[in-house]
Amino acid sequence: MRQFIIFVRKEFFHIFRDVRTMLILLGMPVAQMLLFGFAITTEVRNTKVAVFDPSQSMETREIKERFQASEYFSINEEIHDISRINDVFKYGDIGLVLVFSDNFESDMLHGGEASVQLITDGTEPNQASMITGYATNILSQYQREVSGIDGIPFSIIPEIKMLYNPQAESAYNFVPGVMGMILMLICAMMTSIAIVREKENGTMEILLVSPMKPIYIILAKVTPYFALSVVNLITILLLSVFVLGVPVSGSLTLLFGVSLIFIFLALSLGILISNLVSTQVAAMLASGMGLMMPVMLLSGLMFPIESMPQILQWISAIVPARWYIEAVRKIMIQGVEAQYVMREIFILLFMALLLITLSLKKFKTRLS
Amino acid sequence: MNAVSVNRLCKSYNGVKALDDVSFDVAKGELYGIIGPDGAGKTTLFRILTTLILPDKGTALVQSTDVVKDYSTIRSIIGYMPGKFSLYQDLTVEENLNFFATVFNTTVKENYHLIEDIYKHIEPFRTRRAGKLSGGMKQKLALSCALIHKPDVLFLDEPTTGVDPVSRKEFWEMLMKLKKQGITIIVSTPYMDEAKLCDRIALMQNGKFLRIDTPDNIVASYPYRLWAVRSSSMHILLDDLRSCQGITSSFSFGTCYHATMDETLTVEKLKRYLLDKGHHNIEINEISPTVEDCFMLLLKEDGV
Repeated sequence: MRQFIIFVRKEFFHIFRDVRTMLILLGMPVAQMLLFGFAITTEVRNTKVAVFDPSQSMETREIKERFQASEYFSINEEIHDISRINDVFKYGDIGLVLVFSDNFESDMLHGGEASVQLITDGTEPNQASMITGYATNILSQYQREVSGIDGIPFSIIPEIKMLYNPQAESAYNFVPGVMGMILMLICAMMTSIAIVREKENGTMEILLVSPMKPIYIILAKVTPYFALSVVNLITILLLSVFVLGVPVSGSLTLLFGVSLIFIFLALSLGILISNLVSTQVAAMLASGMGLMMPVMLLSGLMFPIESMPQILQWISAIVPARWYIEAVRKIMIQGVEAQYVMREIFILLFMALLLITLSLKKFKTRLS
Repeated sequence: MNAVSVNRLCKSYNGVKALDDVSFDVAKGELYGIIGPDGAGKTTLFRILTTLILPDKGTALVQSTDVVKDYSTIRSIIGYMPGKFSLYQDLTVEENLNFFATVFNTTVKENYHLIEDIYKHIEPFRTRRAGKLSGGMKQKLALSCALIHKPDVLFLDEPTTGVDPVSRKEFWEMLMKLKKQGITIIVSTPYMDEAKLCDRIALMQNGKFLRIDTPDNIVASYPYRLWAVRSSSMHILLDDLRSCQGITSSFSFGTCYHATMDETLTVEKLKRYLLDKGHHNIEINEISPTVEDCFMLLLKEDGV
């Protein structure tokens, strides 16, 4: 036991004495949370609007004021020539052009069919569809109020409500994703590098020749990263609740339980990688390319799994982070009970057992 | 009972024989040297004896324990110092020593007497990181770490490679002291001058042991008279020597050339021959052979 404790202490020395390791371990989670939380955002806010309004009537002015008053839009310029629409997208940072029909006022009051054209930049489809959504909301609300006064009885106004994330804030999406990514990265990548470094420096030779059992060597190497992962988990949750304003709706115990399973799984993966490669660079590439890319692209962090081609959906099923992120979304954002995340928990447990068996089987008590 | 007993050991990597039918015994308390150039197979042999790799064929016993079957027993009775400096560069001298003492189930205090002579040289730097030590001090620290658990058999793989001559000399003095404590030491080195300090040496080349004997016996068995040749134009001397009729071997040795000659040639004839070739200040002295001369001869006979 004393051996084990001294070994773990030595491992902490390695971590604390290397500034780069420290930065990756403790700085990266914070940086990623803040980046995803604030900088990389899919929310629509202060979209600049250009207006083409040939009628210049009371009604169109009121609509423009409503756009201006909304937090999503700000009217930036009036264009007077319809052929300029292309230019404002090309040369300006306009996100939406409102084109009122020629006789908007009389069409609306007399014909009952006034038209507004909403033009957005289709090169960013998600952004564009969100912008039109918000714009349509403003228009229909105006229409409802006007029709209320005039007593026109027909028109069904859909009221859109986003469950669990009423403001459609992207942090709700990213917090579970970042948790999955960080834990995977720290556990798998840092552990595999730390173990392989001993091989590369030749210290593994001495350790293997010592009476300490190889399994304890590995456990001792993994323990500090386990501890740091738990610290990171707590940091992420604190940041998410107090800085990004994403609450933990479900049970905190359940969330920690699932996270511990995932950390265990990622550590096993790190040990497995360290058994397969013999240089730090190879370990970095294996965990960087082999783990980071699938986690980023196939776990549902960036792109919804449901809209992937069938074959990618199958591949994503073997990415552990997918199930973890799904479970965290359910627990943290939807606040569900344990029985609704049983499927994810079982899949993660199964994967963890598989990986630890595999990595222990692959573990060598000798060199090469 | 022997400390190490090796029987017909073979190991190859991708068809290249690193160890080719090697057999030898090391007695208890012996200082046994394995001498050979880089790539002779020394490290492979050490790794098999320290249970780090498996042999293809043959058996090896350390303290009567099989290195394959009972590897975990062996791991607690041997000390090993790999060729590459294998300590933690980012830990201090003291932390390294304490760490290895703990891993080997002992404390620095318990066996301090063993390492005292070595460790006192580096003790003034005990709070310095191992990576910041000089080559000689690193070796002393590595030796201290390999010794701290009082091993029965100590394996040192090229401990003095890359170390300055003064530190090398100190290092060997320490090995002599350790030997007196009854520890069996097996040491490999590419330096022939270190060979004469061992009780017995094995000359190794291409995975084979060419000869095993005491340094004195090896030197005494040298069959020829050996001459050291010097002249004012050393750079062309070797070619001229080799082109001379009757010279059977000649090779560079420090500041002179060592040559052997057959009965058709005498010192006078050689001197005249070299004078004709335009050499001045020619010195030809008979010398007694060293281990290196024997090794070169063995290599020649081995057809390398």
